[in-house]
Amino acid sequence: MTKQEALFEYVLRKADDTLILGHRLSEWCGHGPVLEEDIALTNLALDLIGQATELYQYAAEVENKGRNEDDLAFLRLEREYKNVLLVEQTNGDFGKTIVRQFLFDHFQSLLYERLMNSADEQIAAIAEKSIKEVKYHLKHSSEWVIRLGDGTEESHNRVQESVTDLSRYIEELFYQDEVDEILIKEGIAADTASFKEEYYNNINAVLSEATLSLPEKMWQLDGGRKGVHSEHLGFLLAELQYMQRTYPGMEW
Amino acid sequence: MSKKEWPLWEVFIRSKQGLSHKHAGSLRAADAEMAINNARDVYTRRSEGVSIWVVESANVVASDPSEAGPLFEPANSKAYRHPTFYDVPDGVSHM
Repeated sequence: MTKQEALFEYVLRKADDTLILGHRLSEWCGHGPVLEEDIALTNLALDLIGQATELYQYAAEVENKGRNEDDLAFLRLEREYKNVLLVEQTNGDFGKTIVRQFLFDHFQSLLYERLMNSADEQIAAIAEKSIKEVKYHLKHSSEWVIRLGDGTEESHNRVQESVTDLSRYIEELFYQDEVDEILIKEGIAADTASFKEEYYNNINAVLSEATLSLPEKMWQLDGGRKGVHSEHLGFLLAELQYMQRTYPGMEW
Repeated sequence: MSKKEWPLWEVFIRSKQGLSHKHAGSLRAADAEMAINNARDVYTRRSEGVSIWVVESANVVASDPSEAGPLFEPANSKAYRHPTFYDVPDGVSHM
């Protein structure tokens, strides 16, 4: 694998994470539990889709095969999407959406802090621009985890169930392979192993304030980075890609 | 599930340094910190502000509309209280 191929793959993986999570959050539009949260969740969705746009633009440039960001976002098959499994999981109740966001935001925040110093100028610039958004997402989801966990008996039980369910997707966030190895050597990618302990410390601090906890042991799933997804992604893509598949090249 | 609503909060936004906070609207939130978060999302999405205040609406004491006469009308006929007899030099903004 050449450095260029690795860079394309790396940027594409990050772009897919943000697009798919952004799309999931957009499904809340008009369905939020209260007006204020409806707006908050769709704001997060817009931030993430905005980050995805920049990442796809850069991926297309690196690939240099005449595809643009829309081709990458809308015209690939399920197996070609390289997002982690966590982000494609269904919204469930509001608590589950918040937990999924919480687990992702803490990771993304530590990742972008490091990518701001990437030897690749474009990645560093995107990380620097996105970090403020991510820090706000982190604050939003962490505060909700605390309030739901330490709220009523029902909110506690529901959100604990989501923490237990979604904990099986945590390890995949730190997944690394040849793509990462090539770019870590160049100072372009961040070595996820270097902040894994910090990640667990950070989420455990919030969870314990919320009177919640990660399960002792949980079977860990992965495959997303290789394009092997859970059953949910296909349905999501059917909706995401509908317009471009039905009216190819449509603009508005 | 209880149908009890979250308390109402009044939101004040300072649009830039040097200006005062202005009432922007109201919203519901479970507590003060969430009210700030919600205000950020609802009222400052288009960079309308540099600072936010939230006050629980229950804590606002308002004048009584039926007393509007005694409170405000005596000022109507006193034009000399308005600083309109001066020329404001060019370049002085926010007057």
